[in-house]
Amino acid sequence: MHVNLYLQFLISGLTLGSIYALIALAIVTIYNITGILNMAQGEFVALGALTACTFYSAGFSLPASFLISVVIIAIVGALIERLAINPVRNASSITLIIITIGLSIIIRGLALLIWGTNPYSLPAFTQGGPLQVFGAAINPQSIWVFGLLIVTVTGLFVFMEKTYWGKAVRACVINRMAAKLMGINPDILSLMAFVISGALGAAAGVFITPITLATYDMGFALGLKGFVAAIIGGINNVGGAIIGGLLLGVLEVFGAGLISSGLKDAIALIVLIIVLLFRPQGIIGVVIGRKV
Amino acid sequence: MPRESLKYLLIAAASIGFVILPFVLESNYLLSILIIIGIYTLVVEGLGVLMGYAGQVSFGQAAFFGIGAYAVAILTTRYSWGTIPAFLAAIVLPALVAAVIGRPTLKLKEHYLALATLAIGILVHIFFNEGGELTGGPSGLTGIPYLKIGGLVFDQDYKFYYLIGVFVLLVFLGVRNLDRSRIGRSLRAIRDSEVAAEANGINSAALKLKAFVFSAFLAGLGGGIYAYYITFISPAPFNFNMSIQFVIMAVIGGLGTIWGPLLGVSLMVALGEVLRWLVPLFIPNAGGEYQIIFYGLILVLTMIFKPEGLSTGWRKKTVSDSEEQEQKKENLTVSIRR
Repeated sequence: MHVNLYLQFLISGLTLGSIYALIALAIVTIYNITGILNMAQGEFVALGALTACTFYSAGFSLPASFLISVVIIAIVGALIERLAINPVRNASSITLIIITIGLSIIIRGLALLIWGTNPYSLPAFTQGGPLQVFGAAINPQSIWVFGLLIVTVTGLFVFMEKTYWGKAVRACVINRMAAKLMGINPDILSLMAFVISGALGAAAGVFITPITLATYDMGFALGLKGFVAAIIGGINNVGGAIIGGLLLGVLEVFGAGLISSGLKDAIALIVLIIVLLFRPQGIIGVVIGRKV
Repeated sequence: MPRESLKYLLIAAASIGFVILPFVLESNYLLSILIIIGIYTLVVEGLGVLMGYAGQVSFGQAAFFGIGAYAVAILTTRYSWGTIPAFLAAIVLPALVAAVIGRPTLKLKEHYLALATLAIGILVHIFFNEGGELTGGPSGLTGIPYLKIGGLVFDQDYKFYYLIGVFVLLVFLGVRNLDRSRIGRSLRAIRDSEVAAEANGINSAALKLKAFVFSAFLAGLGGGIYAYYITFISPAPFNFNMSIQFVIMAVIGGLGTIWGPLLGVSLMVALGEVLRWLVPLFIPNAGGEYQIIFYGLILVLTMIFKPEGLSTGWRKKTVSDSEEQEQKKENLTVSIRR
């Protein structure tokens, strides 16, 4: 009985954790390329989810709504980079953090204006009841979420290893100045980082909506947890971000299930503070070794 | 008229204006707004030192403000402490919390303090809400006694107005002295180039920690006074949005200036009051939250177009020139001192 319960918690935790991992991936991507901690990442998730809901209820099919939403939020990411980040790209990092916080507030306010405070929903991607595995019930949507994480990570891996732009990104991560001297245009990379983050955030938002519903203020908590995941992984480490996200998701579900459900949102914050106090370089460094 | 005597004339006029204002003002509403401006100014002066001198940002100032307020509320109502010891606790407690968080995070080059303070801010707010008996939960604590200093009981708005005035003046003088002291110069050196500062033997982590603790200390001071003024507190005014508002106030007034925080707070409080009137006119079914769009816009536009803040705009040429000279002189004195 207890084993089943734990298995159930583990699966829920990994589902939630996959979403955190996706958000953390986007945060790490922007950080690695531009050196900016993008505090507005969670808002991309909320915008993506809400946009898809709107198109779906306007009669578009689910896959079409998903694609439209991803494209729109990628464009939003590009606009934000061009309008608010690029003009001040040489400013101090404190200025840039404050700007992204300001952007997140603007986006949240606009989302409130457009969508109001009511939650929106999308149907599950595949119909049918939960799958039974060793007595634990798996929501089919969870499998979609895992799938998205796997596809994203694979896609990112192929992009980084096989394409010219991927190599340019890696060069930028190792040494931004040297990359520039070798003729890599950091301007285009920065734009690309925000486009990828917008698309990733939107995808994560659409995939989680059938489970959690979509509200205008969902982005803040999700973005924060993405940050915690990224920091657990050591902020510039892609593998670390994924492990950090999954770990955080599992911790949250077990904490909420075994201790108190009121604690759920506090867990991520407590983890963040513990990591910052005792192992600010990230805890995954031990396992994986050198940073990517 | 020579500049110097004009300056003293202005200061004299301002002091007289300050003293007679409560007698001229007919409405308690305006007086209460001035008091709130004074309280926020205390908090924002501290944040201004952290941001303008140490080059760090805190997204959790409302939490330190709240810890100060709750320390007063809990100690006076639950443990029947005297009002002055509780007030001291309100100042010391946030500074202690800041020291614990700041120590490890400020040693790092990245802006981890921003994230740590963000987390602390939200955690503290959760604690106020979920603290049960101790914090009174979402409905908060009532029955905070009036502040008593000697035989003086601060039970009316005009008394508070003078009390805040004194504190703000003290903080102004303190920050001005800091600006001209060795610590102020070192902090500015760190902000301009941490590598150069370190190379000149400045321990940047220790100084940034001092600035952070100082900012929490002032936030706690503001919070303690706030609790004695309102005499009832709930978690709502100490949330993340308030922390952001403090950052906006510091930024639009001008970082690393003495008058900037007062200007920034006054503008934001005035804007808040105006928006409370205007927003329902244009968006009839609006909840209060819509104003955050304006706050976000102000923050982003200021940071892009005028990151040095508004208070530096008027006296542009002369001051920036003399500041540059001062900077050179300071650099010289720093290097001579070594």
